[in-house]
Amino acid sequence: MNRKRIIAALAALSLVSVCAAMSSRDNWTAEEKEELVSMSLRMLDAPAADPTNRVADDSSAAAFGKQLFFDTRFSSNGQVSCATCHKPDLDFQDGKPFGEGVGKTGRRTMAIAGMAHSPFFFWDGRKDSQWSQALGPLESAVEHGGTRAQYAHVVAAHYRTEYERIFGPLPDLADIPHTAGPAVDAAARRAWDGLSGQQRDSVTGVFVNIGKAIAAYERTIELRPSRFDRYVDALSATGRPPKDVLSDEETAGLRLFLGKANCTRCHNGPLLTNNDFHNTGVAQVAPSPPDFGRSKGVMDVLQDEFNCRSRWSDAAADQCVELEFLVTDSSALEGAFKVPSLRNVANRAPYMHAGQLETLSDVLQHYNRALPSAVGTSELEELKLTSAELRQLEAFLHSLTSGPVD
Amino acid sequence: MNALGTHGRYLWQRRAVAAAVLSAVVVFAARDAQAAGKHDIEPPAKSEFGLGPRASVGGHYTAVLQPSQPLKPRQLQTVLVVVTDSEGHTVDGATIAIDGGMPQHGHGLPTQPRVTKNLGSGVYEIGGVRFNMGGWWEFSLDITGAAGSDKVTFNLAL
Repeated sequence: MNRKRIIAALAALSLVSVCAAMSSRDNWTAEEKEELVSMSLRMLDAPAADPTNRVADDSSAAAFGKQLFFDTRFSSNGQVSCATCHKPDLDFQDGKPFGEGVGKTGRRTMAIAGMAHSPFFFWDGRKDSQWSQALGPLESAVEHGGTRAQYAHVVAAHYRTEYERIFGPLPDLADIPHTAGPAVDAAARRAWDGLSGQQRDSVTGVFVNIGKAIAAYERTIELRPSRFDRYVDALSATGRPPKDVLSDEETAGLRLFLGKANCTRCHNGPLLTNNDFHNTGVAQVAPSPPDFGRSKGVMDVLQDEFNCRSRWSDAAADQCVELEFLVTDSSALEGAFKVPSLRNVANRAPYMHAGQLETLSDVLQHYNRALPSAVGTSELEELKLTSAELRQLEAFLHSLTSGPVD
Repeated sequence: MNALGTHGRYLWQRRAVAAAVLSAVVVFAARDAQAAGKHDIEPPAKSEFGLGPRASVGGHYTAVLQPSQPLKPRQLQTVLVVVTDSEGHTVDGATIAIDGGMPQHGHGLPTQPRVTKNLGSGVYEIGGVRFNMGGWWEFSLDITGAAGSDKVTFNLAL
C-alpha cells in the first residue's frame, strides 16, 4: 500500500516536472512573442526607395544588370564577373575567407539578399548605395581589375541596345582609349589624366549607369522563409508554438538567442541585423596595418566620388539623410564592422569580416569568451554559456536556413 | 631611504605592497562592477516611460515628443518636440542638443540627431533619429532658452 502510494506520488511528481519543462520550453511571454514576430521575414517591408538611383526599381534595368552581373568581360583578364565571388548557388557569396578576383582581397565576400535594406555597404560601410558599392570591385586591382573606360567600351560593343533603352544614347567613345581610369595602375591613370574633362565625364557616366543597373538587379535578390519563420508565423497566427517545426534543442537555442546570449542586441528585425557597425573583438588578420573598420569607412564614404551627395547620384541634397546624421567622431567606430544578417548563416562559413572563424561553433565560443579587441573597444561581455547552451544556439542558427535564393 | 633605516624601509615596503594589493583589488572590483554593472542598471518604473509631457531636471521646461510615425527600431525617423516653460507658455528660439543611448548596454545613439527646423509655437523638428534595437533607450534634450539651460530625459521602450 505504502509502496503504491510512493509510486503514485513519484508518477505525479514526474508528470508535474514534465509539464513544467514543456511549459518553460513552449511558453513565450507577450514581450517575447512580440519580439519573435518582429523577426519574421513577413515583417520585412519592400526596400525603401533609393533616391540615388532613378532606375533602382526599373525591371528592364534589373534585367540588364543581371546580364552585367554574370559577364566576365567586365574584368582585366576576361575571367571575373560579380558572380565569381557572389555565387548564386552559395547565397551570393563564395565560402572563402577572402574574396578572390584577379587577385585576393583583404575581406570576406558579403551575401547580397536583403542588402537593399541597408543604408551602408561593405564591412566598413564605405559606400552608401548599392550602385556605388558595385563600382568598387569593378575598379579594384585585386577584384575585376579593369578600368571604367574598358567597361564603357564593353557596353558599347555588346549592350548598346539594352543600355540606350534605359539610359538614353551612349556617348561617343571613339577617341577614348581602351584602358583608362582613375584607380588601378599607373598607365591607366596616365591615360585617364590625358582625357578632357568632358571625355572623363562621358566615361564615368556610363560606368555609373553600369552600377545602377547592377544595383537594380541586386534589389530583386530576395530571401525565402526559413523554418524559424514558419514557427513564428504559426505562433503569431494561433498564439501557440507549433509542434514539429523547431526541435526542443532549437527552441532552447531561440530562447537563449532572445535572452541570455544577447544576440538580438545587434541581430534584430526580420533580417536579423540592425545594419549597424559594432566592435566585437574579432582578431585582426595581420597585426599591421591594423584594420580600423568603420572609423575609416565613415571617412571614406564622406569623400566617396559616388556618394549620395555626388553629382552622379540622382538624389536631391536633402535626401542624403544617412550622411547628414552620420556619427563621425565616436571611439565606438574603431574596429567596428557591419553586423551581417543571420539568415542562411549556417551555409556561410567561414565567419566574420575576414573569415577569421571557421565554424559556427567557433563564432559562438568567440561571443561566449568576449576577449578584448586589439583595435578599439569590444562591446561584448562574457556570456558564461555552458557547452550545452552553445550547442542549442548553434542548433537554432540552423533553423534560419532557407535554401538558395533566386 | 637610508634615513628610514632598515626597519623603516621594511615598513615602507610593506605599506607599498599593501597599497598595491589594495589598489589591485579596487581595480578588479571596479572592473567587475563595470562588467556586471551595465546589466544591473534597472530600468525606471513603467510610469517614467513615454513621449511626455516630461519636465526638465530643473523644472524650467516641459517637452512632449511627437514622432511622425510610431517609433520603430532601425528606421531613420523625424520627431517633433513641443517645448513649454514652467508657466505653460511655448518656448521659441531655444537651442536644443540631442543625446541618448541605452544605459544597460553602455552605448549612445547610432546617429547624430539634431534640430532640423524651428517650426514656431514651441515646435521643433528633430531629424535623424534612429534606435538600432528594441529595449530601453534614453533620449535627452539639452534645452537652452530664455529660462536658462536645462535637460529633459525621456525613457523610451522600443
